[in-house]
Amino acid sequence: MAHAHESNVKRIWMVFGLLSVVTIIEVYLGIVKPEILHLTSILGTSPLNWIFIILTLFKAYYITWTFMHMEGEKKWFRRAAVWTAVFLVCYLVTLFLIEGGYLHSTLAPLVKW
Amino acid sequence: MEANIAIPSDGKNTWDGGGVRPFGASYGKMMMWFFIVSDALTFSGFLAAYGLTRFKFIDSWPIADEVFTHVPFIHGIYPMYYVAFMTFILIFSSVTMVMAVDAGHKMQKSKVAWYMFATIIGGLIFVGSQAWEWNTFINGSYGAVKTTNGKVLQFVKDGKQIALSDFVVGSRMDERVTHTKKNGLWFVSGDEVPKYSLAQITASYKADPSVQIRIEKIDMDKKKKYILSREKGLAELANGQRVVEGANLSANEYGNTIFANFFFFITGFHGFHVFSGIVLNIIIFFNVVLGTYEKKGHYEMVEKVGLYWHFVDLVWVFVFTFFYLV
Repeated sequence: MAHAHESNVKRIWMVFGLLSVVTIIEVYLGIVKPEILHLTSILGTSPLNWIFIILTLFKAYYITWTFMHMEGEKKWFRRAAVWTAVFLVCYLVTLFLIEGGYLHSTLAPLVKW
Repeated sequence: MEANIAIPSDGKNTWDGGGVRPFGASYGKMMMWFFIVSDALTFSGFLAAYGLTRFKFIDSWPIADEVFTHVPFIHGIYPMYYVAFMTFILIFSSVTMVMAVDAGHKMQKSKVAWYMFATIIGGLIFVGSQAWEWNTFINGSYGAVKTTNGKVLQFVKDGKQIALSDFVVGSRMDERVTHTKKNGLWFVSGDEVPKYSLAQITASYKADPSVQIRIEKIDMDKKKKYILSREKGLAELANGQRVVEGANLSANEYGNTIFANFFFFITGFHGFHVFSGIVLNIIIFFNVVLGTYEKKGHYEMVEKVGLYWHFVDLVWVFVFTFFYLV
């Protein structure tokens, strides 16, 4: 690595604490499922799901930046990896979820319960 | 200018790119990153396909915290706790891995070795937990009836799911036994016959008025599965085709067949990554102990394998969210 080899031990433990707290919050919400978050809907899904997704991206950011040491890489190397993946994943997920919704709207009326 | 010139690759340095360091990253580290990007896209493909299927069956998908409710050695219903524990183990092994990398920068050989060792133990605990999870999932804990039109009927009492063994009584009434090799052609064995027969389950349902049937359909206002009245339940039961216990690729007691298929493929593919990560870690661990990197003058190999290990953790964060929480 290009930069000085100062010890990151303190920062590593801090990030571990952060990831643990976020995981505990996720599990707590997953078990309790507060009705106001779970049974309402915003932007296509429940606020609870949005909270889970945001917290997951938050965790992913810290794992990549601190543990995988992206923060120490050159700017355009970082972008070559992160932008590629983020762009393609967004594209794939958008198309797949739209298509899934379409399948439901066409097939669900044919299912007899 | 130099970057545009092909470098002869027949030298000794083929595997480290001949010392070229674009963006200040070594060849090995850069290629590990690009491998991780492509692998991330593979997992995204799996999870996006899961998302598509889930949207397709949005009103009848199994509810995760009704499926994953067990903790080893403890009886009772504890949704999520064990998966949360597995997540912790993996995050913690990521921490020990990054500690090993950190110690490597300071050329502290024994510290690197101990942290690598801890990482391997963490990985083994995770894979072991996943094996247990699979075992529980495959064996099932309640049992259900699958109807001729492919629906899964579960049994509840006071709104809580109960196992077949909790209410089924009497005899099978059909004399079916599992066909084993010793009773016929030595190379043929039949499917395992479930413990209870359909007729027996129907009779027990009729006999016990407190038992009700829960169908896959979700009441979207309450996000709970519908529970049928006794009469409607009996009518559904009349369409019963087979008894399902646990899960395999063709049927499962939790609901949609493809739910179990995704469970096997996604957690299986991830588990395979963890397994290969452990193998890599073990190889690197021995190299550290033997002093290979001490002689080389740097511990970059620990860093590269560390990247892979963190990636496995990263993927699990997403699998955890999209399979167990959302």
